[in-house]
Amino acid sequence: MVILKHELKQNKSAFIIWTAAIGFFILACIFLYPEMKNEMDEATKVFSKMGNFSAAFGMDRLNFGTLIGFYTIECGNILGIGGAFFAAIMGITALMKEEKERTAEFLYTHPISRKRVVTEKLLAVLLIIVFMNVIIFLLAVISIAAIHEDILWKEMLLYHGALFMMQLEIAGICFGISAFISRSGIGIGIGVTAGFYFLNLITNISDKVDFLKYITPYGYTDGADIVNDKSIDIPCLIIGLIFMVIGIIAAYLKYMKKDLKA
Amino acid sequence: MVAIKTDKLTKKYGDIYGIKELDLTVKEGDFFGFIGPNGAGKSTTIRTLLGLISPTSGSATIFGMDIVKEHDKILKDIGYLPSEINFYNKMTVKDVIDFSASLKHKDCSKKAAELCERLSLDTSKKVDELSLGNRKKAGIVCAIQHQPKLLILDEPTSGLDPLMQMEFFKILTEENLHGSTVFLSSHILSEVQSYCQYAAFIKNGKIIVSDKVEKLEETGAKKVSFVGNFDTSSLTGISDIKQSDKMCSFLYTGDIKKLLKALAESDIKDLSITEPTLEEIFMNYYEV
Repeated sequence: MVILKHELKQNKSAFIIWTAAIGFFILACIFLYPEMKNEMDEATKVFSKMGNFSAAFGMDRLNFGTLIGFYTIECGNILGIGGAFFAAIMGITALMKEEKERTAEFLYTHPISRKRVVTEKLLAVLLIIVFMNVIIFLLAVISIAAIHEDILWKEMLLYHGALFMMQLEIAGICFGISAFISRSGIGIGIGVTAGFYFLNLITNISDKVDFLKYITPYGYTDGADIVNDKSIDIPCLIIGLIFMVIGIIAAYLKYMKKDLKA
Repeated sequence: MVAIKTDKLTKKYGDIYGIKELDLTVKEGDFFGFIGPNGAGKSTTIRTLLGLISPTSGSATIFGMDIVKEHDKILKDIGYLPSEINFYNKMTVKDVIDFSASLKHKDCSKKAAELCERLSLDTSKKVDELSLGNRKKAGIVCAIQHQPKLLILDEPTSGLDPLMQMEFFKILTEENLHGSTVFLSSHILSEVQSYCQYAAFIKNGKIIVSDKVEKLEETGAKKVSFVGNFDTSSLTGISDIKQSDKMCSFLYTGDIKKLLKALAESDIKDLSITEPTLEEIFMNYYEV
């Protein structure tokens, strides 16, 4: 587990910065809630009249007046976008950085198989995402308790679980891409994630492109659906996990035979 | 036993050959110099042997093990120094050396400390603050600390000052005496000439000659230097003609009698006939 340990160390500062930033914004949002609560009924009415704009963010189907409604929209967007970007960056840099930073010659001439390196790097990405989500979840729950609101455990767990799965899917896809590129790819990772996000906005606006929700992982992290149905859209999730697995398999197949750049 | 053996080893980058049907043999215990200009295929050969890139065709073995199929096993016996070594930023020299040792599953702290001492390498420094020479030193420690059976060094002396180069070759010679096979690539012929027992010249991805260094020096070629007028047109086997104000020199591989006769008949004031240096032999190979 030398590589796993090494990867965790290497990513330590990125992990701290991203977790702190996401955690801070979520905390700020939750602590703003008590003040905004009374004005929220008005806001809900306004948003429900804004048509497609509200629909795009699922705000037409959620009640801002309840904490969970407010939470899934405000905090959901922070963790939904921030967490996904972080997962994308972790995934896309995992393999590629050795060639980009020109450390590949050093690492891969040590007696460790590429398969082993890929596996440990993958585990490191998984662990980092797990750590971040656990920390953010605990922060959120503690903050909600601190403002004396009820914690809807089932909704919270389902919602955070869905976001966690989404981050894994994006990390898996980006991990696959990482095996194919050898210079900077952070742009690709961010691009893929942003693309998924916009696909979801389009899906929410128009009924005609409903199939898109099976492509984008944001399809199964829709706060309104999860809160209202008290469940995750399983077919969407399974398709997402299939994408993740394809990404990971592609990474192994490509990386075993890849000619590493000097 | 044979340390490295390649059989028609070929690596193509798109349509371009990096190395073409390369045949090379390095015996166990050799101190082997791999000579060639930039772009001749030295690094491609080394990178293929180490499994960083896979061969297009042909095969190679290291200590009898196939470089593709038994790649992971082979690496246990190898210490490698890349020509341009890079480490992970933020790590200290000590971190890097320890990381390298832990990947080799070996406690090499004693040997590492000794090497750092001899190369006067400060292990508390961060690797991103190191000069080229010090980075090289850290690379040398990583390559040698586990005392591998085979040392593969790609242009090892670049960046090292002359004193360090001497110390470095002293270390290599010691490792070689202890049984390590040393395979180093270089375009500095004098160092190959002074330290290596064997050498191979590579040109356009092919080995043009591979032999004992002494044998290479005895190619039969003589270096002829003279002052005066000498018409060389009657002679065959002349190459590497150099002309300065008064002195003129060339390499001669033809019949000595004919040379002497031609010299006797010409207007020459001064003359010396010497063994060419490896450098001159090398130039000879690459000009033809």
